[in-house]
Amino acid sequence: MISKEEVQHIAKLARLELTPQEVEKMQQDLTAILDYFDVLQKAPKVKVGKQSVSKFELNQSRNDVVAQRSASLAYNLVEAAPDKKDGYIKVKSIL
Amino acid sequence: MNFLDLTIAQAHEGLKKKEFTSAELTRAYLDQIKKTDGSIGAYLAITEKLALQQAEEADKVIATQKDFPVLTGIPFCVKDAILVEGQIATAGSKILENYVAPYDATVIRKLKEQGSVILGKTNMDCFGFGSSTENSAFKVTKNPHDLERVAGGSSGGSAAAVAAKEACYALAEDTGGSIRQPASFCGVVGLKPTYGAVSRYGVYAYASSLDQIGPMARTVEDVKTIFKAICGKDPKDATSVGYEFKDANVEMKGLKIGVPKEYFTDGSSGRVGNSRVSPKGINPEVERIIKNAIKKAEDAGAKIIEISLPATEYALACYYIIAPCEASANLARFDGIKYGLSEPADNLLDVYLITRGKGFNAEAKRRIMIGTYALSSGYYDAYYKKAQEVRQLVRQDFTDAFKKVDVIFAPVSPFPAFKVGEKTDDPLSMYLADIYTISLNLAGLPGLSLPAGKAGNLPVGLQIIGNHFEENKILSVASKIESMLK
Repeated sequence: MISKEEVQHIAKLARLELTPQEVEKMQQDLTAILDYFDVLQKAPKVKVGKQSVSKFELNQSRNDVVAQRSASLAYNLVEAAPDKKDGYIKVKSIL
Repeated sequence: MNFLDLTIAQAHEGLKKKEFTSAELTRAYLDQIKKTDGSIGAYLAITEKLALQQAEEADKVIATQKDFPVLTGIPFCVKDAILVEGQIATAGSKILENYVAPYDATVIRKLKEQGSVILGKTNMDCFGFGSSTENSAFKVTKNPHDLERVAGGSSGGSAAAVAAKEACYALAEDTGGSIRQPASFCGVVGLKPTYGAVSRYGVYAYASSLDQIGPMARTVEDVKTIFKAICGKDPKDATSVGYEFKDANVEMKGLKIGVPKEYFTDGSSGRVGNSRVSPKGINPEVERIIKNAIKKAEDAGAKIIEISLPATEYALACYYIIAPCEASANLARFDGIKYGLSEPADNLLDVYLITRGKGFNAEAKRRIMIGTYALSSGYYDAYYKKAQEVRQLVRQDFTDAFKKVDVIFAPVSPFPAFKVGEKTDDPLSMYLADIYTISLNLAGLPGLSLPAGKAGNLPVGLQIIGNHFEENKILSVASKIESMLK
């Protein structure tokens, strides 16, 4: 069984606040799911060099040039933020 | 004339011959939504104003042009994970409850250019996390064939809307089976295209190495029409590829159809996957329906070849490591700063913690936790790295299989639609609903769910799997099987 402390540690890394009840349920669920993952240990080892990537799976980045976009897009993006001022997104002080 | 029974091709003909207008067609669907969606719950938002405006514009095009695109004036619905500018896009989650999309997804832009009409946004498991829409933060979508049962998921809203004639067709998204499984449960046709065939720009990312947008409709022909309209290279999605759809006419005679022995109870392994998760394997009624479809193909001259996909046993575990790992990274952006819910707190860390703690539901938290755990120092090798290796095995199985066969026939889901609430307490048994569909996402392959029969009153889908970028072959075979099963 995965410990309470471990669940709390992972939750903090994941930036999730969990209630005590959620921590307890998470202990049970994660334990069951992680136990199930043990099936992978039975899988045959993959030989080095056998991994192949098809040509379709390589990312094809676009040219690094400035694309013209409408001013309304910038407005819409800022507008979607919960807290904003003068066309900027407001954040809490970090330091 | 009943507008709601028309396929895309029939509606297009009617519009062309001026038998009716797009506005009439659109109103018929909006009326149907108002009449039936209270009990089905396919829609999260009905975009009536937008729909009527688009219909009016489409009617102007139809009135003045002799030839217009086949989707002009045809009403459809959109999974709520896909952005439509100016409309709510919740992804089925509270954390995005009031979020208004700032731009159109590429697939939406393409369909708008064709003059298609958007009826609304459809329900889904939050961020695609689920197989029943029970993980939606807002409501459970019911199966139109039996209101006590789920519509499947995660694109349950889209599938139910098409099945209940609340839309002519739908756009959805598939990361582990989210198009094919609800299509199977609701008795509609659903296509998960090859990884890279359709741009994902403007869809909420769940697991970026697996996600793919695709169509749902009532016929194979309609699905093909939509796929042709949305596929292709998009500079805004670096994983999309330049690929032009070429129609194919595949003869059944001599067609080599692979049937994976691991997917049926009489195969050598005797059961699907890990015995703890799957003590019973496939439902016998589902097995009978799939075997009947295979038999029909054989009678028409196809060669049935038993194939082996030995990594099937590991695919589910592999998927449920890789997908949550990618999800945990993709969902880091929902932090109460840039969009969506934001809970006030004294410092930045608490804004993150409290916002995410409140905004994500149990399944989202579970997947973020699994992903974070599997990627964390000390566990990375045992989980994430191992899963990536196993993913190679899954792919290799299919590479080997497609040396011997043209297409693969398989079930979509081991069981038909289950009752609402039946699997909510046991995440592992819910994950099992994806056992036949996830391998394709791991291998990047296309697959289609075709209604193949009914277990009682519940539809059962046949999964037709093709090699990379062979949607044309799948669609041709599906169309033939579709007429044989009529």
